[in-house]
Amino acid sequence: MNPRGRYAVVGVGNTAYGKLAGRSAMSLSVEAVRNALADAGLRPADVDAVLTKAPTSNFTMLWSAQVAQAVGIVPQVTATLDQAGASNIGLVGYAMWCIETGQCHTAVIVYGDNPATGSRATYARPRGEGAAYGMFGVPPWYALIAQRHMHEYGTTSEQLGAVAVACRKHAAMNPGAQFQSPITLEDHHASRFVAEPLRLLDCCPISDGAAAIVVTSAERASGMRKPPVYVLGIGQGHPAWDVPYRSTLTTSGAATSGPMAFRMAGITPADVDVAQLYDCFTIVPIVTLEDYGFCAKGEGGAFVEQGRIALGGALPLNTSGGLLGETGMPGMQLIVEGVRQMRGECGGRQVPDARICVVSGQGGVMTTHATLVLGKEVP
Amino acid sequence: MATDVTERPAPDVDEENAGYWDSLRRHELALQRCADCGRFWSPAGSFCRWCLSDRWSWERVSGRGTLYAFTVVHQVYHPAFREAAPYPAAVVELEEGPRLLATVDCAPRELRVGMALEVGYRDLPEGFTLLAFRPVTGGTR
Ligand SMILES: [Zn+2]
Repeated sequence: MNPRGRYAVVGVGNTAYGKLAGRSAMSLSVEAVRNALADAGLRPADVDAVLTKAPTSNFTMLWSAQVAQAVGIVPQVTATLDQAGASNIGLVGYAMWCIETGQCHTAVIVYGDNPATGSRATYARPRGEGAAYGMFGVPPWYALIAQRHMHEYGTTSEQLGAVAVACRKHAAMNPGAQFQSPITLEDHHASRFVAEPLRLLDCCPISDGAAAIVVTSAERASGMRKPPVYVLGIGQGHPAWDVPYRSTLTTSGAATSGPMAFRMAGITPADVDVAQLYDCFTIVPIVTLEDYGFCAKGEGGAFVEQGRIALGGALPLNTSGGLLGETGMPGMQLIVEGVRQMRGECGGRQVPDARICVVSGQGGVMTTHATLVLGKEVP
Repeated sequence: MATDVTERPAPDVDEENAGYWDSLRRHELALQRCADCGRFWSPAGSFCRWCLSDRWSWERVSGRGTLYAFTVVHQVYHPAFREAAPYPAAVVELEEGPRLLATVDCAPRELRVGMALEVGYRDLPEGFTLLAFRPVTGGTR
């Protein structure tokens, strides 16, 4: 059975983003759940599943059960999914399956973390082969991917910069975004190298904050406080192997995840009105646009130029600012913005008449990928 | 007792990959090769990556390869790399097929994808040895 349109997002919520000293991952998560439930017009007792991605900076066993306790929900289902930045969309899929099989009826999915001001336990004691060669954190690994994309397809630093400029332009139109000032291509070019060819303005910030969504069946969704935003398609594709050992560095899991989700939704890229594509680094949306089929392989760099991905362009991208501009949180903010665009709640940054939004999530170093197609209605 | 924070982080050597790190220490780069399908694999593991056979041995490789991808790291993530930054880090594709994480012993501006490399080694005071490939003069494979 095609699940298209059988499930819907009925609530979204988030906290402030940035440096939030004194706020724990749990405190932030609870605030996001409270805001998402208020948005949906639901009480905690109306929710019977609590699903989480564990905080990246401090991986915790049974995190979803702890969140359920903190929000006062005695659920039918808790689960924490480890697909890194693809987890939030992966959890939408898990929620759909649990609802379909009668294990729960309404799920809240939440991510919260405080890596900017709190514990960074995951990164505390670097060791291993990568660290021995000076490959710390994530940027140097994505630098290998960006450099290889430049080698294979002639992608330029200016094209990477075009992604950062669009995201920061949109962030400046979003009062809730961490970065309120737009940047120019010259600012991008003048920013220091972190790991060549990636400059500081090619990298998303490390941010505190949380966001949550509420997913339920289309039947339950009708008549709730806000109009439902339907899940039209979902997919995933996980290259999985560590960067040095993968067959290619320039094609991501999006190449299978995207077509899977688009097929389920019964759409092609030409039907997409607005996109929220995971942008931990500027190279990532470029690869994703290619792999989703918005342009041919290797033409992602040219695609993002000339204002095409800015508001007013052919495909407005990351209209809340994305990871590069709104917050470095790994992906839940993109689903939240996708839902708000489908509802028409985005004010000055609203894409007129937007009916279909594609959202992507990506984790590790292009290790995982997931795709979500959201619709204002079921076509 | 003071901790020497300038010590370079060590690789995690375990029962599966000890043969690899020992081969670097001897300056005789070796990888696991399957007795059934004949292929090499990396990183180390108890079963052939390609056919899941457990019949294999450590075998010395040619040490010839090409530069598959590289970065030049400017950010100082760790005090042990303060002096070295900006420093290259690379993925090298061996003639035998597998790719390895390595560094390349040349000025960062000389790095080119596809440049021919031959294996070299860097013995570190911390007690382990890393791969430091060297450009083959005038070579592109
Ligand atoms: Zn084999």
